[in-house]
Amino acid sequence: MKKVLLSGNEAIARGSLDAGVALATGYPGTPSTEILENISRLGGSKPMWAPNEKIAVEFASGASFSGYRALAAMKHVGVNVAADPLFTLAYTGVKGGLVVVTADDPELHSSQNEQDNRRYAAFARIPMLEPSDSQETLDFTREAFGLSERFDIPFFLRTTTRISHGKSIVRQAPWEETSMPVRPGLEKDPRKYVMVPAHARLKHADLERRISVIAEFAETCRFNRMEMADPDLGVVTSGISYNYVKEALPDASVLKLGLVFPLPTDLIHRFASLCRRIVIVEELEPYLEEWLAFIGLKVEGKSLIPRFGEIDTGTVRSALVPSSNKDITPRETAVSGDVPQRPPIMCIGCPHRGIFHLLSMKKIFVAGDIGCYTLAVAPPLNAIHTTVCMGAGINHAAGIEAVHEQEHGSVVAVIGDSTFLHSGMGGVLNMAFNRIPATVLILDNLTTAMTGRQDHPGSGFDIQGNRTRQVDWEVLLKGLGVEHVRLVDAYDMKQMTEALDEEIRRDAPSVIVVRGVCMLVRNRPVKTGNPFQIHADICSNCGVCLNLGCPAISRKDALEGEKPVIDATQCTGCELCFQVCRFDAIEGIE
Amino acid sequence: MVGLERPINILIVGVGGQGTILASELLAHVLMTTGYDVKKSEVHGMSQRGGRVESHVRFGQKVYSPLIVRGEVDYLVGFELGETLRSLDWIDAQGKVITDTKAVLPYTSQVGEAPYPFDAVEKIRERGHDLIVVEGERMAGEAGDARTANIVLIGALARLLPVKRDHWERGISDNMPEKFVETNLKAFRMGYEHQGERGR
Repeated sequence: MKKVLLSGNEAIARGSLDAGVALATGYPGTPSTEILENISRLGGSKPMWAPNEKIAVEFASGASFSGYRALAAMKHVGVNVAADPLFTLAYTGVKGGLVVVTADDPELHSSQNEQDNRRYAAFARIPMLEPSDSQETLDFTREAFGLSERFDIPFFLRTTTRISHGKSIVRQAPWEETSMPVRPGLEKDPRKYVMVPAHARLKHADLERRISVIAEFAETCRFNRMEMADPDLGVVTSGISYNYVKEALPDASVLKLGLVFPLPTDLIHRFASLCRRIVIVEELEPYLEEWLAFIGLKVEGKSLIPRFGEIDTGTVRSALVPSSNKDITPRETAVSGDVPQRPPIMCIGCPHRGIFHLLSMKKIFVAGDIGCYTLAVAPPLNAIHTTVCMGAGINHAAGIEAVHEQEHGSVVAVIGDSTFLHSGMGGVLNMAFNRIPATVLILDNLTTAMTGRQDHPGSGFDIQGNRTRQVDWEVLLKGLGVEHVRLVDAYDMKQMTEALDEEIRRDAPSVIVVRGVCMLVRNRPVKTGNPFQIHADICSNCGVCLNLGCPAISRKDALEGEKPVIDATQCTGCELCFQVCRFDAIEGIE
Repeated sequence: MVGLERPINILIVGVGGQGTILASELLAHVLMTTGYDVKKSEVHGMSQRGGRVESHVRFGQKVYSPLIVRGEVDYLVGFELGETLRSLDWIDAQGKVITDTKAVLPYTSQVGEAPYPFDAVEKIRERGHDLIVVEGERMAGEAGDARTANIVLIGALARLLPVKRDHWERGISDNMPEKFVETNLKAFRMGYEHQGERGR
C-alpha cells in the first residue's frame, strides 16, 4: 500500500476525484485554495473557478440536479456569501452527490474573522463531516458524495487551517464505492426543485424527516467512535482538537465525532454513562457543548478551553492536567521583545505601491477591501481605513458620501480586480442608481494575488491556464451606469495624480481602473527595468521615497537620520521612487 | 528507524523566499520513508510578502498533533538570524539550535526605526542552548548555488537525527528536479560535515 504525505487540501482533491466528481468549483480563499488547484493538477474532472462562492454553490448544485457529483470549495467566510442557496438546498436536496467544503481559519492566519462554521450545519440543517487528519480527510471526502445521494441532501466537509495545510501520512488503498452512484439525467420535478411556498412548506417537513434519519445513521456511523480508557475523564471532541486530546490526555476516554451534524444522541448518552466527568474540547464555539447540555448532560467545556483563537496540546494540558505549567506566555516576551516585528509587506515592484503613496500623501480616507492591497494599512503608507468583507469598501465610500456631503473630495474606495468581480459590481450599480458621486479605484493586477495568483474573469485565463473571455472594464462599468471611467498606468504617478484630482472632485460617480500586472504573475510580462540609485550629494533626505514602503529602499546602514539608499540587487526598476523624488536625486543605473 | 519514546519536534523558521517550506517538505518526506510517523504544519499565504515563515515538523512512532507546544522544540533550525532569536522561547531547555548568520532586515529596521539584533548569536549563546552556527549562503555559494542555503542547514540538522546518511541523499535525489540534484547534494554534504561553532 502506497504511503504518501498529503495536506488536507490534497486529500480532498484526491478523494473527490476517486468519487468521480464531475464539476469542482469554488473561489480562492486561504486555507481552501489548493483544493481546486490540486484537482486541476491531477486532472479527470472539470475544475472551474467561479467569480464568487454563491455562484460556486449554485453552479455545483446545477450539476447535482442533473445527476452528476459536484464539489464547491471555499473558506469559512465564503460560506456567508453562499448561505442564500445553501439554506434552501437543504430543502430541495440533491440528485448527484453535492459536497461543500468549508475551510475555517481559527486564529485568523489569513482572514477577517474566525467564525465557526459548524454553526452553519445546525442552522441550515446540512450534515457536516469533520476529519482529524489527511487520512480521514481522504476517507470522508470519498464517502461524502455517496452519503449526499443516499440521504438526498448536500454534505458539508469542514476543515480548519491545520487540517487544510497540515501534512500527514495517507495510505492510499484502492477504494471501491459501496453505494451505487445515481444515474445522471435531467428530470422535471417541480415539487423537489421549485421552492415556491406550497412546495417548500412540504420540503421543510421532509428536511426534518431526512435529518432524523441521518441522526439515526450517526449512532452507528463509523466516523463516530468511542475510545474507552480511564472512566474518570471522558472527553468529547472532533476535528483537529482530537489530536491535542490524544496527546495531552493519553489515558482519557474519548468520544471522537466525525459526523458533527446531526449528532448521535444515544451514543453520547452511552459514553456519558460510562464516564464520571465529561469535558468537551473544541476550538472556537461551544457547539458540541450546547448540544450535550441540551440533551441534559452535565458537562464542562468553555469554562476550560478558550472561545477564541487556535488551541493546541498545551491548551488541553493546562486545562486538564493538574501538574502542567500554566504559565508559559511571559517567557515569550523575554526574547521576542528584542526582535522587531516582521509583518508582510507589498513586494518590491508591486503595482499597488504608487497609488497608495499618492492616497497617503493626499491624506485621503480610503474605504478598503480584501486583498494584497489591504497591506497598505501598515506604515509608512497608512492608507487603508476600512476593511470588513469582500466588496464592502465601495459601499462604505458610497455610504459616507450619501450622508457626509462636506467630505466629497476626500474619500475613495479601493478594490482589487478579482474582489470587484466577486462582489463589487453591485456596489457600483448602487452608486450609479442613487447618483452618489463616489470614486472607486479598481486596482487591476490581472490576478487574485493574495491567495497565490489564481486566474479570474478579468485575467483572460481559466484555471488550467487556457485563454478565455476577459472582462472589458469600460463596457462593464458603463453598463452599470458609470459615465466617467478611466484607465491609468499603476506605474505612472503623474497620470494617476491627474486622474485622481479630477475624479475625486467630480459631481458624479466615477471609476479609475489602475492597471499594473502583479510582479508574481507568470503568464504575462511584468514591469521591470534597470535598477535605480540615489545620489547622496543631491538627496535632501526629505524621506518621500521612504514613504513608498519599498523593501529595496532603506536608510544607509539601517541608521536613523541617514540618507536613503537603494539595494540595486533587489530593485526591479519600477521607477516609482524616481518619479516621486522632487530633487532629481534618483537615477537609473545604465 | 530508531524506537522513540516520544515524538521529536523540529521547528524551522525563516522569511519568505528562503525555502523554508521546501526544506520542511524534504525533511518530512525522508522521515516518512525511514518509517516514522510524521506530521507537519505551516501557514502559507503571507510568505511571499516578506513575512515570517514557520514550519513545524514532528516525527516518532505515532504523532497526533501537527503543532509543537511552545517550549518543547528539540531542534530549532533558523534560516534568518533575527527569526532564530525570536523563536528561542519555543525551545526545550535541552533543545539544540542550528542557525544561519544571514540577516534579512524587517522594514522598520531598514529605515532605522527599530534596531535589528545583529548580536543575536551572542544572545542565543547566553541562553545556553547547544548551538551550531552555519554561514549557509557562503557555503551554498561554494556548493554552486547560494539559494541552496536551506539545504546546507538541513544537512547540519541531518547529522543529529536518527536517519542514515544515504537515506537523506536518496531523499534529495527523489525530491528535487534532476538538474538541481547535484548542487543540492553538495550543499547537503557541506552542511552534514560542517563542524562550525558548537557547544554551550
